Amino acid sequence: MGVAIFLALLVAPEDSDQGISQRIFYIHVPIALTAYFCFGLGAWKALRLLVRGEERHDLESYVAIHQGTIFGVLTLVTGSIWAKASWGHWWLWSEDQLVLFLVLFLFYCAYFMLRFSLEEGPRRARSSAVYALFGVVLIPVSFLAIRLAEGLIHPTVFTRDGPQMSASMFATFCVAWAAVTLLAYVLYRVELVGKRLDADLHELREILR
Amino acid sequence: MTYLTDVSALARKDLKIELRARDTLPAMLLFVLSTLVVFHFALPAESASDAAYGLLWVAIVFTALLGLSRAWVPEHEHGVLDGLILAPCDRSAIWLGKTLATLAFLLAAQVVALPAFALFFASLDVTAVAGVVLADVGICVVGSLLAAMAAASRARELLLPLLVLPLSIPLIVGGVGAAISPDGERYLLFLALYDAVFAVLSWASFEYVVTE
Repeated sequence: MGVAIFLALLVAPEDSDQGISQRIFYIHVPIALTAYFCFGLGAWKALRLLVRGEERHDLESYVAIHQGTIFGVLTLVTGSIWAKASWGHWWLWSEDQLVLFLVLFLFYCAYFMLRFSLEEGPRRARSSAVYALFGVVLIPVSFLAIRLAEGLIHPTVFTRDGPQMSASMFATFCVAWAAVTLLAYVLYRVELVGKRLDADLHELREILR
Repeated sequence: MTYLTDVSALARKDLKIELRARDTLPAMLLFVLSTLVVFHFALPAESASDAAYGLLWVAIVFTALLGLSRAWVPEHEHGVLDGLILAPCDRSAIWLGKTLATLAFLLAAQVVALPAFALFFASLDVTAVAGVVLADVGICVVGSLLAAMAAASRARELLLPLLVLPLSIPLIVGGVGAAISPDGERYLLFLALYDAVFAVLSWASFEYVVTE
């Protein structure tokens, strides 16, 4: 796992011909894609919970969204650094991916607030699941909104050459993507195991009392 | 047909409570008016009217939050919600009734707020008003579901703005766009899309939120 990331970082510099700032692309974009994936997974588990009513999906959905939020914050940070390096500003409202991640970040922080202020039980599981589903619908809707707003506030959309990737750059990108996804998966499993252990311990303590 | 009868009975119940107790609508009216007055002093004297349109949207969203935070209070205070859930009607009818009642309050507040805005700040055209109405529908659709969630939580009124505001960002984009953009129809279409998507989602998921 660590080796994969190390390789990606080591391979990346040799084919970055747009200066040092280009290198962050190999970290930033995979992290962003992974964050989307985690939110999607969280919503999928939430849907399973609502349809099938299986308790274990609640924890899985929560853990996936937790990971998604962590990766979302990382996206904001790396994106901000990249923006500073290539355009000279820490924050650009015309960069719609960044704005979208800010909206999502606010949304999923509210998700945690909701979760921690409800009594534990099936009702909390279902309420969080419904909110998680709202989140995954919010992603395309606010993306559309931000695109619309961009045309309104900034008539000249920030034009930037798409990443003209050579084969080796694309390969590096794929390795980095795989590495980040693997990292997310490992973190997901670790946190899930931890939380389950926690829940089991809690149950045991209740029984012993 | 019984579904619609249930919905209208529930909505009428809320309106009747409001007519007798009068504790939400006057508060909303006073709030939106005083917000507009505060904004007059908050804006620099020579600022463009575009900025005023933005502030109108801030006033609308916060007024809606004020109304929504009171929406489920009568149900919770007297345990009415448990009775409604046990009643032999579709649970989503409870949500629809509440949405319609909240929407009626919000539109009533708007009937006062929009002329006041036009008087104090800048004129509003038909597209802008249509944008306000569509955004009101969106806020009520999402908000009445989230308010039911928040009412069951420990944080109560504190939680509701946190839940609603991120979801209302697309509505504000659409509403402001409808007011100031030359091709406002595009924004109206977007608002209608938002309303439709979230109405279906809330309608389908309300039952999961209120049942134990």
